[in-house]
Amino acid sequence: MRRGELRARDLVESCLGRTASLDGVLGCFLTLDGDRALERAALIDEELARARRQSAGVGETGAHPSAPAARPDPSAGGHGILAGIPYACKDNMCTRGVTTTCGSRILEGYVPPYDATVVEQLTGTGAILLGKTNMDEFAMGSSGENSAFFPTRNPHDTTRVPGGSSSGSAAAVAAGLVPFALGSDTGGSVRQPASFCGVVGFKPTYGRVSRYGLVAFASSLDQIGPLTLTVADCALVMEVMAGHDPRDATSAQVPVPQYTAVLGRDVRGLRLGVPREYMGEGIEPGVREAVRAALGALADLGCAVEECSLPHTDYALAVYYLVAPAEASSNLARYDGVRYGLRVEGGDITAMYSRTRRRGFGPEVRRRIMLGTYALSAGYYDAYYLKAQKVRTLVRRDFEQAFARYDLLVAPTSPTVAFRLGERTDDPLSMYMADVCTIPVNLAGIPAISIPCGQSEGLPVGLQIMGPPFAEGLILQAAWAFEQATGGAPWRQEVTP
Amino acid sequence: MREVEHVAWLARLELTDEEKQVLAGQLGRILEYMEKLKEVDTEGIPPTFHALEGMASPLRQDQPAPGLDPEGALAGAPDRVDDLFRVPRTGEGEEEGA
Repeated sequence: MRRGELRARDLVESCLGRTASLDGVLGCFLTLDGDRALERAALIDEELARARRQSAGVGETGAHPSAPAARPDPSAGGHGILAGIPYACKDNMCTRGVTTTCGSRILEGYVPPYDATVVEQLTGTGAILLGKTNMDEFAMGSSGENSAFFPTRNPHDTTRVPGGSSSGSAAAVAAGLVPFALGSDTGGSVRQPASFCGVVGFKPTYGRVSRYGLVAFASSLDQIGPLTLTVADCALVMEVMAGHDPRDATSAQVPVPQYTAVLGRDVRGLRLGVPREYMGEGIEPGVREAVRAALGALADLGCAVEECSLPHTDYALAVYYLVAPAEASSNLARYDGVRYGLRVEGGDITAMYSRTRRRGFGPEVRRRIMLGTYALSAGYYDAYYLKAQKVRTLVRRDFEQAFARYDLLVAPTSPTVAFRLGERTDDPLSMYMADVCTIPVNLAGIPAISIPCGQSEGLPVGLQIMGPPFAEGLILQAAWAFEQATGGAPWRQEVTP
Repeated sequence: MREVEHVAWLARLELTDEEKQVLAGQLGRILEYMEKLKEVDTEGIPPTFHALEGMASPLRQDQPAPGLDPEGALAGAPDRVDDLFRVPRTGEGEEEGA
């Protein structure tokens, strides 16, 4: 586009065309904003053409022809590093003037008056929002079936789930509807659908990416992350989104390295730990085999691969399903029919609250609000919520001790490949098990990526690489080396559902 | 069952009798699974309320900054009068079981 060989408009039209032909089956988008995307593409094309004319003019007045192009100003819209690139955004991030439902009837038709910081950052670098993607209601789910509107399907096999809760974002990237998408990861909601759909999904360190404008689910666990086709794309999007935001009180004031610059650095000598708790019972044999092969490839690259232990892993799921619903029950108290969204009238204000919330929330959200309210209620707080937060400390310490010995930890992203639609909907506990490999990372607040590493039953398997806080660069470096060594992920064939 | 009704009241969530039955069973099973946390000795272990303890202060400087304008804040309201949200009367029906 910068060279004038492709117009942003052509790219947006191509994405819209592919979406028109495939999304009826896949159900990736809740809202498409095609007209505005085309308008913005036309503006960016004009800006890029003007920049080319100016730079040609500068050349004529004496700039050295071999002088490197200046790094584009990331705040300059059409001149930014993502100028003209369409993307999709999970429907739990606020987008000014574009409907944001969080996959819930309670916010049906809600149009936010402001943009989330990440949306502002992407717009500032010239990215074009194509639409908002389907998701499990309020990001509660591991399959994409809990959307109040319709389920999303896996592009590799439409009888299977895409994973969740960033279901629409993962499926849209896998099916080639957009080059990249944003998701949010509270217990694995970026990495697990990335694994099921055969794409790259990154959960940054807690505090690395601003949560301002992200509809809160569990505030001490939520983190926004990109879903992309390649590790290099992931590094590029992370470079735009990472950094301190004064509007988010939990945003970290830690310098952001240039993530694209670390790709290609040698990984020889990296010490990789493989927690045995992630490779044992409950992990499907096909998944284990694909991950073992990936560990072999990393060893061939010169990494020192060694088994290790995270002894409190077995308790992480129980901790998560107390802490996350407790925080959710508090965060979701704001949906009461007063300020936005659905209102169901009642005789008095309490009846109005209760009826609005009954009609507006789906079964999984109601279940988690009940669980969280119970865990926080008088008489149970110490036994459940406080106990869970103490065990969370032990889970976090496991990681701290492991990172004293190893640079990174490597494990499967999910114990299984994508399961069939409807297979687990009647059994909440079995659905919760789908996040067993990703949840500990959120409890500890550390960064982790899922990258495609092979297949089982003809479906994608994800490899999870975890690092210490703020080691995003090292994770991307290792993931990129693996991706290149395995032929740029040969499992990423053209997906035509 | 009474416990489910009490929690639903605390959560301001109306439930049908059938839902109460289903939830009582499901929550019971989930909480049974949570019992495994009792196996862990947490004597002297502090709780983790923030993922990166000690890193961020949750308090910002107490300085005024621009917020949403009234029109933006009220644009999504189901019912409003001028610059106010309108709600049903309060003060009655707030007792449990009333």
